[in-house]
Amino acid sequence: MTGWLPVALLAVPLLGALLLLVSPTVLRPWLRVYGLVVSGVALVLAVVMVATFDYGQAARPQFAIDREWIPGLGIHFHLAVDGISLPLIALTALLTFLCFVYLSWGDARGPGQLLRPRAGGARPRALVFTLLVLEVGMIGTFLALDLLLFFVFFEIVLIPMYFLIAIWGGKGRRGASIKFILYTLLGSVVMLLGLLLVWARTGTLDIVALGQAHGAGMPRAVQILAFVAIGVGLAVKTPMWPLHTWLPDAHTEAPTVGSVLLAGVLLKMGTYGFARIAIPVLPEGAAAVAPWLGAFAVVGIVYGALACLAQRDLKRMIAYSSVGHMGFVLLGFATLTTVGVNGALFANVAHGLITGLLFFLAGAIKERYGTADMRALGGGMLATLPHLGSVLTFAAIASLGVPGLAGFWGEMLSLFGAFQPAAGLPRGLFLTFMVIGGLGAVLTAAYFLVMLSRVTHGRPERAQAIPAVARSGASGVGGWPSDGSASPDSERSGWAGESPDSERAAWPGESPDSEQAAWAGEPPDSERVTGTIEGGAGGRVLRDIQGYEFAAWVPLIVLILLFGLWPKLLLSLTTPAVQTLLGALS
Amino acid sequence: MIQQIDYSVIAVPLVLALVAGLVLMLDAFLPSGGRTRTGLGLVSLAGVVVALGFVVAQAVRGDGARATFCVPESLATAAGPGSEPACSFVVDRFTLIFAGLVLVAGVVVVLMSMTQLAGGGIPAGEWYFLLLCTLVGAVTLPASRDLIMLVVALELVSLPVFALTALKRYDGRSSEAAVKLFLVSVVSTAVMLFGVSLLYGIAGTVYLSRLAAVFSGKAPAPGVGAPETYSSLLVAAHGLPGVVTVGLVLVVAGFAFKIAVVPFHAWAADVYQGAPIPVAALLSVISKAAGFAGLILVLVTALPGQASTWSPIIAVVAALTMTVGNLLAMRQRSAVRLLAWSSVAQSGYILAPLAVTAQTGAMAAAPGLTVGAGAAGAAGAAGAAGAAGVAGAVGASVAYLVIYAAMNLGAFAVVMLMSRTTARNELDDYRGLAFRSPVAAIALAFCLICLAGLPPGLAGLFAKVVVFRQIVEGGAGWLAVVMAVNTVIGLYYYVFWTARLFTPAEPVPAGVRRALPAAWVAVGIAVVAALLFSVAPQLVLGMTSLSASG
Repeated sequence: MTGWLPVALLAVPLLGALLLLVSPTVLRPWLRVYGLVVSGVALVLAVVMVATFDYGQAARPQFAIDREWIPGLGIHFHLAVDGISLPLIALTALLTFLCFVYLSWGDARGPGQLLRPRAGGARPRALVFTLLVLEVGMIGTFLALDLLLFFVFFEIVLIPMYFLIAIWGGKGRRGASIKFILYTLLGSVVMLLGLLLVWARTGTLDIVALGQAHGAGMPRAVQILAFVAIGVGLAVKTPMWPLHTWLPDAHTEAPTVGSVLLAGVLLKMGTYGFARIAIPVLPEGAAAVAPWLGAFAVVGIVYGALACLAQRDLKRMIAYSSVGHMGFVLLGFATLTTVGVNGALFANVAHGLITGLLFFLAGAIKERYGTADMRALGGGMLATLPHLGSVLTFAAIASLGVPGLAGFWGEMLSLFGAFQPAAGLPRGLFLTFMVIGGLGAVLTAAYFLVMLSRVTHGRPERAQAIPAVARSGASGVGGWPSDGSASPDSERSGWAGESPDSERAAWPGESPDSEQAAWAGEPPDSERVTGTIEGGAGGRVLRDIQGYEFAAWVPLIVLILLFGLWPKLLLSLTTPAVQTLLGALS
Repeated sequence: MIQQIDYSVIAVPLVLALVAGLVLMLDAFLPSGGRTRTGLGLVSLAGVVVALGFVVAQAVRGDGARATFCVPESLATAAGPGSEPACSFVVDRFTLIFAGLVLVAGVVVVLMSMTQLAGGGIPAGEWYFLLLCTLVGAVTLPASRDLIMLVVALELVSLPVFALTALKRYDGRSSEAAVKLFLVSVVSTAVMLFGVSLLYGIAGTVYLSRLAAVFSGKAPAPGVGAPETYSSLLVAAHGLPGVVTVGLVLVVAGFAFKIAVVPFHAWAADVYQGAPIPVAALLSVISKAAGFAGLILVLVTALPGQASTWSPIIAVVAALTMTVGNLLAMRQRSAVRLLAWSSVAQSGYILAPLAVTAQTGAMAAAPGLTVGAGAAGAAGAAGAAGAAGVAGAVGASVAYLVIYAAMNLGAFAVVMLMSRTTARNELDDYRGLAFRSPVAAIALAFCLICLAGLPPGLAGLFAKVVVFRQIVEGGAGWLAVVMAVNTVIGLYYYVFWTARLFTPAEPVPAGVRRALPAAWVAVGIAVVAALLFSVAPQLVLGMTSLSASG
């Protein structure tokens, strides 16, 4: 009946990619529009799915399609959507679309325009193809309800991401891409073993049936073994603390769109696997391993935060911050309570939005300044590039978990879940985790504020002349002293003076739409000469946020605000599904 | 008495043998030249296709196994220790799958040969004659059901190959490869014959079905005296003397040479590199398939009763083979050498399911002893479960072999294309192939990703899943872990090579020779097969699930 919708969600980008392969020359002039249109259609389908989803029965898999694919192996082509996967599918479609917006709309001189033919071969067709295949894999992972089908989609993602890093990446792309693919493949193979163990013991691959069985037919030892195997595979992707080392390199070297999709969606596939497979299918294994999972998660939070404090490279810092945030997500899962898992899923989506935005910003900065090294950037971005600086500030405070923005609720609920973990889990231990996690949250705030003080605030050391600051500052985001002459101390004190609530109040008032409107008023090609820079950028003119960048970022800003102010929107969707999947435990 | 021969049963090798003779005759009487070379290639191709048609006809007709060259009724009771029918040549599903695999691979190899021979320098008539002889052996071998026939068929596969290897005259590498292959082949034949003679000495029969009866204790062993007469130190299963174990190990070692598994693998890379590329492809697919067919027949059909002896050996050999093959492949710079070691590693994956046949049997026989035997059936179903385990293991091996053949041939076919333009054929020559020849690059990339077992190369993934499932179900967890680690090592070099295809490179110097369309057809056939297996692996799995010959 409605089974066509998930199939269409996969078919549209897949056919789009294949068409690109079949008729390379015909589509060449339309390439930039082409990716935008295909991912736009996918986004429309995702929106249709969100609109027609039966919210009364969020726990039930909807839009199901279940066809036998390989009878010899008992593999079914089983796709469906429920409250857990719906937000992630929407997020994937949205982020992919925004990546294409980012790539397609700018003029040739804008930063990050990989779709423009240029010397050295940007290879636009291959890029569009890669991104579309990536979208197929990502959406498929969230749709699949068959263990092996899930695995297939989980793996499909790797190859386009590998090429994304290896071809369009930065200087160290070769090592980073090989590290990325070997690490994740090793994890995947271990996960495959775990999945096969489940299969061998239960005789079915159907995730729904396995979830309803709550681990029946599998002795405790087997469940623990399978959970560890599957968990390792997922933890590499997530990434969990000792298995995270591929992540900073991959993020740092990947092009902007690669980083955004990597942080925004790929990491979610790991955590989604915990919610979809590891915990519901293997409840006893989960209960046995949960304290360890929690411990690793908490170590990850603290480690991520400390590592961030030590970073000089902006992209690398954001990458390490992902380790910390994913620690909160894993801690939420480890509590095995409705609250905790809900928090984890919320933090998952929030991290996708916020870190996606942060990587867009980091990419924009790197392409403007030619470096993402925070010391080389100098301070005073709010003065030289007021819009960019403002959005960066917004994203950073969203990421550090200020109440009222999306980053807050997930972490709060995760910690709250740890306060009262599921029966059978050692409460004292989880209380300790909660305390350490709370300290980690403080450290998170610390490194983001340090980053802001280094980059956005302070005196613009490298800028010589700031002719147009007053004008652009006036039309830009209000509330911050955007005058370059303001001293760093006064700025910082102004910062501290503002309570988070006033912050929140200020933001909706300064709605992103008005920003966009302000933008639309200006011709997109108008050069925003806000400062010239010498040294690294060779005296190139720095331009503030471009129209296409705004178009790509505003939806994320809106959603961060929306989920921050109205968390029930997401929580009401995941709660019934979480209650169902934790059925055996609670 | 007169031996009744069912010519429809032996039609496939018969057609191939006749065409081989025809090719030699035509070569002798036609003027030599480019047109004759192409004509001979087309005649060979037609012969292989007709043989393939017979295979398809036999498969469509179905109706179970058909046998010929049987011991007549009048002699059966007197000659054999058992009452089992004793036939030398049987066509069943197992035979048909292998024959089909070999012949489709044969089509690809003939097409590659047409490209190879177009350059001249290699006598075409001899080449096609030897090639068809190999194919005769390769289709006869899976149909053989007695030890003599097995050995003869295996020699028929091997002997022409080193002549083929040496046909690239005045080439040092080629001659070296031929000598190496010859020595290995002769030694392995000698070893195997010794083993065969020991088995024959014990059982007093060469027919596999009767060997099975003797070695599983169902029939008395005529070559064995009273149990007191031999030392109890080395007793094989079912109270048979230790010499059975020796014979078994020697036979397995003989086959191990042919399929290049560790520790008999050392010849692979040099021979593959020295031989013309179509011969390397033939060695890695046809010769290997024949070797595996023989190994499966000997182990599963003739020696199931001794599984407790051979399955640990196979397990260790499989683990070593995949590990050594992969580690050596990582260090290679030459495309053919890399493919050689990768095919050694793939042999390990093909062997792995065979190693758990005994475990599945043992688990079924003693469910109380195995960890977590919840899934194991009741004791009553034990025998059936054991048989199903063996069938499943063979099915998994054969399925992997079929899929491996498609993807490996695809890779070789593209390497063949490349060898027309680059002399050394090193991995660095593939840099930027995607810009020079996008179709070839995508075909090669797909085959390599299939070999690696990654989506979108689903064929390779499902082949690995089938093997993994078999191993995990068989309870050989350690082997599964070894295989998992190896899969990752394999990924490294496959992906590394694939990545080179897409990295930009300096323009290639001019003087590029165009490849003949034949090689493109070869690439097409292999890649289409790999694609088909990716989308619908059921084709292979359905065929092979019941292929375990009884």
